[in-house]
Amino acid sequence: MAPVYPFSAIVGQEEMKRALMIAAVDPGIGGVMIFGDRGTGKSTAVRGLARLLPRIPMVEGCRFNCDPAEDAERCVPGCGAVAPRRVVQAPVPFVDLPLGATEDRVVGALDLEAALTQGARVFEPGLLARAHRGFLYIDEINLLDDHIVDLLLDVAQSGENIVEREGLSVRHPARFVLVGSGNPEEGELRPQLLDRFGLSVEVRTPTELAERIEVVRRRDAFDQDRAGFVAAQAAAERRIARRIDQARRRLAQTVVPDDVLTQAARLCLALGTDGLRGELTLLRAARALAALERRPEAQMADLKAVAPMALRHRLRRNPLDETGSTARIERAMAEVWGP
Amino acid sequence: MNPARDETALRLADAAWAARLFARDPHGLQAVVLRARAGPLRDRWLALLRATLPPGAPFRRLPPGSDTDRLTGGLDLEATLAAGRPVPAAGLLAEADGGILVVPMAERLAATHAALLAAVLDAGAIHLERHGLSCRRPARLGLVLLAEGDEPVPAILAERAALWLDLEGFRANAPLEPDALDALGPDVSLAEAAAALTEAAAACGIASLRPALMALRLARLAARGGGLRRGHLERVARLVLAPRAQRRPEPAQESPPPRPPADGADKEGRPLPDLLVEAVATALPPGLLSAFAAKAQGRSAGGDPARGRARAGLRGRPAGSRPGLPGNGRRLALSDTLQAAAPWQRLRAPPRPPLRFRLHRDDLRIQRVEPPAATTAVLVVDASGSAAAERLAEAKGAAEWLLAESYVRRTEVAVVAFRGQEAQLLLPPTRSLTRARRAIAGLPGGGGTPLAAGLELARRLAAAERRRGRTPLVVALTDGRANVALDGRTGREPARADAWRVAALLRAEGVATTVIDISARPRPEAAELAAALGARHLALPRAEPHRIAAALREDRG
Repeated sequence: MAPVYPFSAIVGQEEMKRALMIAAVDPGIGGVMIFGDRGTGKSTAVRGLARLLPRIPMVEGCRFNCDPAEDAERCVPGCGAVAPRRVVQAPVPFVDLPLGATEDRVVGALDLEAALTQGARVFEPGLLARAHRGFLYIDEINLLDDHIVDLLLDVAQSGENIVEREGLSVRHPARFVLVGSGNPEEGELRPQLLDRFGLSVEVRTPTELAERIEVVRRRDAFDQDRAGFVAAQAAAERRIARRIDQARRRLAQTVVPDDVLTQAARLCLALGTDGLRGELTLLRAARALAALERRPEAQMADLKAVAPMALRHRLRRNPLDETGSTARIERAMAEVWGP
Repeated sequence: MNPARDETALRLADAAWAARLFARDPHGLQAVVLRARAGPLRDRWLALLRATLPPGAPFRRLPPGSDTDRLTGGLDLEATLAAGRPVPAAGLLAEADGGILVVPMAERLAATHAALLAAVLDAGAIHLERHGLSCRRPARLGLVLLAEGDEPVPAILAERAALWLDLEGFRANAPLEPDALDALGPDVSLAEAAAALTEAAAACGIASLRPALMALRLARLAARGGGLRRGHLERVARLVLAPRAQRRPEPAQESPPPRPPADGADKEGRPLPDLLVEAVATALPPGLLSAFAAKAQGRSAGGDPARGRARAGLRGRPAGSRPGLPGNGRRLALSDTLQAAAPWQRLRAPPRPPLRFRLHRDDLRIQRVEPPAATTAVLVVDASGSAAAERLAEAKGAAEWLLAESYVRRTEVAVVAFRGQEAQLLLPPTRSLTRARRAIAGLPGGGGTPLAAGLELARRLAAAERRRGRTPLVVALTDGRANVALDGRTGREPARADAWRVAALLRAEGVATTVIDISARPRPEAAELAAALGARHLALPRAEPHRIAAALREDRG
């Protein structure tokens, strides 16, 4: 596999990097949607993050990524694990869903080879099974076929994938962090899909000349000597990986105090965000950020840092309002919380 | 530089030079957008490219209308059934690994295919998750995206292409010879080169960082691993940055010279970015900037073809199939259904005869069908004269209203503005609010009224939309008065004659039109124009956005 541009070498784009790290710390937040101009390194950042994910316990040989802690006795039938089960440590799965993927490969289908050579019905897990307990990444998500999107929404909702084919019925858990990226100029994302994402960030091309030059320089250095560039960045990469890993462990003990809860509720009220999901995401993101910052409890600073990414896609849209969602949130923050 | 050489020869030499460099590293430079009429000149450029490729490097052509399987590869059904095990078929992308894939009619590429090609360019590999196959194959290739006329190439690919070449308007037998790099100038360090190219790109209003990076790669290729010289950078700035320039860079002196001055003392001591900006400026023929920008922006997928729907309409190309039950208006895709069922026959049938083909419910494939209302509304806006700013604001409002609705109704909107001597495509067909806002903001008004040019551009756009399988709807916001003819002459009579002639063409082609009279007091000219177009005539002295949108809603039924 060709070396991937290191996450730690990405110049600027702080909000995008922070959102991805938060999603890696708390998978329950519901994933990240990244909108942005062309050539801003959206997919570079996501693929870079894949290299920084910690190891988690897996059942050896299990093709459904079952959690040994959750189901102590056995996996999904036919998963491929041999009894007695052995638990191994493996990196959090990261699955790329390419455009043009067909339904059978997404949800899983009968193994063609087994059917042809042995006349046997063997279930071949799809991308959803591979992404269980990990990340499912879709670049250019706004170009994905509608019927694949519908499948994803259905599974994301239930956390379970059910396939029935050729008299075979398979049911396996599929809980994953959905990460999408796309360019709004290629078309808007369906509102139902946008709703699924916990966080949403907008990346722009840097306007600062010095920053632009640094981006070009680093990218060129990477293209010239990929292995060398990656090696030079190894220590910085390890630091981020460690930070994510430690924050994951610390998350359960990280507290959101009452006054922060109250302030989050006030902001959501002022913005008129629909339902409770926004508020919940806001709190979880603030907690994950606190854990990343090695703080025992979340502060207002955490809340301020995550409010735009947790709420900007939950505002009611007015096509004639030139004010972007981010500006509206910033205005509300200033009004509710003061400068 | 030889002062006797004219602009034409320079551009041809640049194009030939670009072919040579592209052949050296197609994957590194990702793609070339070659805008040229089909003909000997284009063929010679391709032949030059092919001849310069390393021996054995593949040179493939994507047949227009190829389906996804042909592109990415898939299951070779025949071989699979014969062998009794899955046999993958290599697609064109894998076949072109290490070489070049030529994409004719790139402007007609389905958005999903464009995005797929872009992903392959980024990864240098195909990631296949189709029809029971899951694999990665190397596909380190470069694309040649052939385009003609004004129709933009999908932006997602144009953005990645290092080179945008324009061979239109040259004689078929024009010489296509790369020249030696003369006037190489002093050495430039890599760090300096990166900084100078980035700065020059910013000065030309190029937002993306990819062009600067591509220019740097091209310069390095030109230097063939040797040291970078200033001459390399000037040339790549002209080739890579000039076609993408969104604005004419501020000249370092009062007026830029018609061509780069002879190398000499006058260049010494001046900052490199300035010299590069100057190289770009000389490559920009006056008046062409807007045309460049319109082409350069490229066509965004705009949502509809994005999901392959637009192609499935009655006039469109087939959009493939998906699993599902026929009925309720969904049609069975017979051959796809049979293909889906074929591999499983052994599983289903008893090993002995009777041999019968067994179809299961899961095999059924239905054709993907585009809902009929795939409309593209082309707004033609009179931006001339004193009231222009106001009218543009109104057109902008109308476009946004249409877009806001289009989310549900699958309408795309394009905006053509005319003023001064010419018409300009302000906004290629899109469904994106973001893009609409950006494109319309900041257009200056004033000047003459080339109504005919505006209608003609709308007519060409409407024809292009038809070819995409969409129904065009032209909406002219004008008072019907014209004073600039198609050839740029001023005068009411010729201007009117030209406009009426184009109107008759539009009418003959059966394009639905609406004329919205925006003059302060309704005038006979607008009504006459509407009559010439066979159009509906609405007098809206103050064209309020929602009223325009409401009127158009009725039109679409």
